[in-house]
Amino acid sequence: MSDALLEVRKLEVRFGGFTALEDVTFHLHPGESLGLVGESGSGKSTLARAILRLIPPASGDLVWSGDNMLAWPAGELRRRRRDMQIIFQDPHASLNPRLSVGDTIAEPLKIFSAELSASERQARVREMLERVGLSAAMAERYPHEFSGGQCQRIGIARAMILRPRLLICDEPVSSLDASIQGQIVNLLADLQREWGTALLFISHNLAVVRHLCQRVLVIYRGRLIEIAPRDALFAAPRHPYTQALLAAVPDLTGGSVAPAARAHDAPGGCAYHGRCGHAQGLCLTTVPPLQPVDPHHDVACHRWREVVYS
Amino acid sequence: MSAVLAVDALHVRFRSGNETIDAVRDVSLRVAAAECVGIVGESGSGKTVMFLAAMGLLPRHAHTEGRIRFEGIDMLGRTSRELNQVRGSRLAMIFQDPMTSLTPHLTIGTQLAEVLVSHARLTWRDARLAALDMLERVRLPQPARRLEQYPHELSGGMRQRVMIAMSLLCKPSLLIADEPTTALDVTVQAEIILLLRTLRAELKLATILISHDLGVVAGLADRIAVMYAGRIVESARTAVLLRGALHPYTAALLDCVPRLKGPRWDRMPFIPGSAPSASSREPGCAFAPRCAAVRERCRSERPSLGALGAGGPTDRQVACHFPLAT
Repeated sequence: MSDALLEVRKLEVRFGGFTALEDVTFHLHPGESLGLVGESGSGKSTLARAILRLIPPASGDLVWSGDNMLAWPAGELRRRRRDMQIIFQDPHASLNPRLSVGDTIAEPLKIFSAELSASERQARVREMLERVGLSAAMAERYPHEFSGGQCQRIGIARAMILRPRLLICDEPVSSLDASIQGQIVNLLADLQREWGTALLFISHNLAVVRHLCQRVLVIYRGRLIEIAPRDALFAAPRHPYTQALLAAVPDLTGGSVAPAARAHDAPGGCAYHGRCGHAQGLCLTTVPPLQPVDPHHDVACHRWREVVYS
Repeated sequence: MSAVLAVDALHVRFRSGNETIDAVRDVSLRVAAAECVGIVGESGSGKTVMFLAAMGLLPRHAHTEGRIRFEGIDMLGRTSRELNQVRGSRLAMIFQDPMTSLTPHLTIGTQLAEVLVSHARLTWRDARLAALDMLERVRLPQPARRLEQYPHELSGGMRQRVMIAMSLLCKPSLLIADEPTTALDVTVQAEIILLLRTLRAELKLATILISHDLGVVAGLADRIAVMYAGRIVESARTAVLLRGALHPYTAALLDCVPRLKGPRWDRMPFIPGSAPSASSREPGCAFAPRCAAVRERCRSERPSLGALGAGGPTDRQVACHFPLAT
């Protein structure tokens, strides 16, 4: 798709003998919010880091607005990083405790907009603080004076002050209290809508993804196993793993948590076959490729036609 | 019904420098035999500190008032030698992070057997057999092999099963589980919830489940107590509480649980502002600054926890001057 902001093609990342990502292919449109869900160790954060070129892929392509990212020399990569920013799970740990909030948010400007005068920079910082729901007077204060939710706002301000085209959010609300999560999710949704920033939103919280993301990628053991528009994924998930993931989320009816079939990951074939209630024949020998359910919905399961979701 | 655990007017205060932190403020709570009580609250609400006090695990500079009785024994002001008789045998606790709760350089078998050797005076041989039996009970796959393994060789879910097995070895009458599934993946979390539910039924074990996740608590607890700023603000049977909260904080918290089914919101619900600092000493209701239904009286006079329909099917308590209609 030529109008994509980011295209990831057959991406593979290895750490020694361990393959962390394999055959990962998807695209992200400008201004789109894309969710990435999967369990710990499935490769979510590795994918984020590979996209930012913080770790090198073993093979595959990364294409940014039609441009081959992997061919960028170091200087070019540095210049382009202003367009791609990231925020992390632990808002306190990702801020420098010795920098005031104002200096923290001004830092990207010092690097990428060196032509600004100190007073212009300060004006931009104050404006940004207010945009993320803090007050301009907070610029003089230090991270330890703020709550987790406020620190995440500071992290968002720092990431967004350059108006990047892509913001990667790696579990940005997982360590926040339930009453605060909505504040941060709504802020991200507003920035995405108003500024046209594309979001890659990594989370294990499916309900938050359902609220924020237009499309969802499901990753299992380093492979994408389902890609679908939000409503299709939540109403009619096709992959047995996606189905198990949805069924496992505790709800307030107090009864219906359904654990996935209990077994171990088994070698060969589909990575999920050892835990899958539907595995047979081909599943044990051949890795299923992503195949279209409809033009917008892909699933990597040999038996998706027979697997019924209730 | 006699209470396994009875907490009366508990107050826990920490002094650090010139700051005084009141982590738990005038909390009373009863847990009956075989009952599961869920404690819900956000970070800093005092839910963990209360049970560290019950276990005698508070740091030395903590100042406690009130009374905590476990099986009729006074738990405050005991020496650690006296507490060790009870802790780990009659009264057990499991924590959020099963990795840091296990000793990294001892095998699972040694760690489990040690509990029985020291508390039940079993021989090492008998203790290992009992440990194996308990690992089967918590449905750990390949239990005999696990005895020889070290904690780092197990997954997070398996480690939490080991912790649960360890806590149950001496047949406790009360298990305190502090965020037992928070560090786990959602599918593994569902397995652990199911396990705790099964064990409760099998062992007639009283359980206190501390969690920030109402969904997890709703799946296990008979009764839920909601804490805010060191106090219990509402307590009711689970089904009653979920059907309609009386305290505006509980209601707002229920609204904040993101849903997988039903209509999607345009805006995700949240509670404005943030929880007060544990050193704050405002005269009124601690939730007043964030409450949508706040009135003048709420800011000047603190509501006490009042009982409604005591003893009956609608037995519940709420600390609000203007409880919501149900």
